Amino acid sequence: MARNFRCCFRPITPCQRSRLISTYNVDVAGLTEEQAEFRNAVTDFAQREVAPRAAQIDKSNNFPSDVWEKLGDMGLLGITVSPKYGGLGLGYFHHTLAMEELSRASGSVALSYGSHSNLCVNQIHRHGTEAQKQTYLPDLISGKKVGCLAMSETGSGQWIRSDVISMSLKADKIDGGWRLNGNKFWITNGPTASTLVVYAKTAPEKGSKGITAFIIEKTFQGFSTHQKLDKFGMRGSDTCELVFDNCEVPEENVLGQVNKGAGVLMSGLDLERLVLSGGPLGLAQAAFDYAVEYVHERKQFGQPVGTFQLMQGKIADMYTNLNASRAYVYAVAKACDRGQISRRDCAGAILYSTDKAIEVALEGMQCLGGNGYINDYPMGRILRDSRLYAVGAGSQEIRRMLIGREFNEQFKSS
Amino acid sequence: MGPSAVRLLNIFVPIKRAVDYAVKIRVNPEQTGIDLNVKHSMNPFDEIAVEEAVRIRERLKDAVKSIKVVTIGPPKSAETLRTALAMGADSAIHVEIPESAPAPEPLGVAKTLRALIERQKEGVDVVIMGKQAIDDDAGQTGQMLAGLLGWSQATFASKVVVDPEQKVANVTREIDGGLEELRCKLPVIITTDLRLNEPRYASLPNIMKAKKKPVEKLTTAELGIDLTPRLETIKVTEPPKRVGGGKVANVDELLAKLKEAGITGKHA
Repeated sequence: MARNFRCCFRPITPCQRSRLISTYNVDVAGLTEEQAEFRNAVTDFAQREVAPRAAQIDKSNNFPSDVWEKLGDMGLLGITVSPKYGGLGLGYFHHTLAMEELSRASGSVALSYGSHSNLCVNQIHRHGTEAQKQTYLPDLISGKKVGCLAMSETGSGQWIRSDVISMSLKADKIDGGWRLNGNKFWITNGPTASTLVVYAKTAPEKGSKGITAFIIEKTFQGFSTHQKLDKFGMRGSDTCELVFDNCEVPEENVLGQVNKGAGVLMSGLDLERLVLSGGPLGLAQAAFDYAVEYVHERKQFGQPVGTFQLMQGKIADMYTNLNASRAYVYAVAKACDRGQISRRDCAGAILYSTDKAIEVALEGMQCLGGNGYINDYPMGRILRDSRLYAVGAGSQEIRRMLIGREFNEQFKSS
Repeated sequence: MGPSAVRLLNIFVPIKRAVDYAVKIRVNPEQTGIDLNVKHSMNPFDEIAVEEAVRIRERLKDAVKSIKVVTIGPPKSAETLRTALAMGADSAIHVEIPESAPAPEPLGVAKTLRALIERQKEGVDVVIMGKQAIDDDAGQTGQMLAGLLGWSQATFASKVVVDPEQKVANVTREIDGGLEELRCKLPVIITTDLRLNEPRYASLPNIMKAKKKPVEKLTTAELGIDLTPRLETIKVTEPPKRVGGGKVANVDELLAKLKEAGITGKHA
């Protein structure tokens, strides 16, 4: 780490600290011994391999390519995939735990990780044919290839998440397959992905019953990407626009069934929301851990600023919000593992944890006073990263609308 | 008598669960010891030992029959055994002592290890263990064990090459003057030093596989060992805070200060 005179304001190197003093409450988290062991292994990996590079990754706006194989060797890229394809055969709760710990180390790395391991890998695992799984999963799980999922478009953005009719990427039937024309926007891992799960309109006249999911390979003719987007946060999770210009896709690359893509998309979204909820949790924990330590080191008027009542109040609010979001996310995750996948609660989990993470990060920055405003400190990055979840993987507004609509449907007089 | 078959090697790795190296140590209020309510993990020198055992197998392949890890500790030490199993050990032995029991002393540990080794029907050819534990820094157990068993020993190893055909271990030791090379007849006790290797981290798939590996549970009573401490710790305190030094203007002043402190040229 670069040493300069400002380091005299800094306690010991931040990455050393987080090993010792994370305030993650294992007892309240309700982890079994096995889950705690799993989490510890991921924590050790994340703190060792990812956390020390987080600041540099953010500065460079680049996902370090060597990290994919490290994630693969560790076994993190196929948590929910059957051991038959090299996965761990564990559940969504484990995946959420992994997402949380990686996010605590680096928000960007975790976001790209989530997109690859849940949005892409898990969808192929759930809906792929045996041939597709054998072809694509091994390299994705070892980290040799990068995966992503493309749903959003400039024209319809988040609206697609609740209203697939607005999708405009078109797929026309041709001999032996399909021809895709159109664009996808804001696609995480777009710049480097070799395997892409893409949703397109195969039968526009059928509305929501006319969407199909495809597995696209980077090398397909007619597929290209535009330049990496320059983002406010998650700088390290490479994002770009995908361009399909008469991109030809063979029939065997249809994922699931033709025109049954909406089901694939929607059910995937529930699990995506759940697993990605680990992202805000990790960021909130990182912000809290850093802030609570800082306010006990920083002294003013002869005592640590953390002993002043207004600061005690901040500590209390940050801690309770963080733990409350965690409790909700974990409960929903465990329900999903029992097969009880509730759309409103998956949306609720990410809705709530996102709002709280942004609050905790803002408050955390305030706890650092002037230093919170200086980029030598991680708080700015954590806050910028947390904002992503309010618009990425769905927007807060769509999530709220969706939950409300679920209740409207439930109470509709038949 | 026909040519003796090369017996497959059985490697025995004693490990200890100790306070994690990164923890900030605090003396407890009673001054009887340190605050143990902190993160624990495998003694780093023992991690190096487990790693070396796994590397020996990677080099010698089928010549290594088994890598068995053993620990003497409270129920929580089972975690440490599982880490070793995830790194590549085949099976484990847990000599369980109560949570409240006092920490075993090196001689007690050595006697327990001797009893365990003598119980191994297939024999033990190489014992690799950390040179010391980072909690007590005793650095005695390996040597005591070698003495009790009457086996060869090579401590502070920075390089180990086992030759199963010749039935020797060629060990390079780090000593004050430099490096010493020993050829030790098997069976041998080797203790590891820091530069022997860099231990691998257990991946999640290996951690999961480790759950299926056998862990044998034993008590000291079954082994006929009494771990009652022979030493009594009277007091534990933090080292005195460093006091500032002073600057001297020239060599004469330096010599004067040294004389004052009782350090004269004759002792240099």
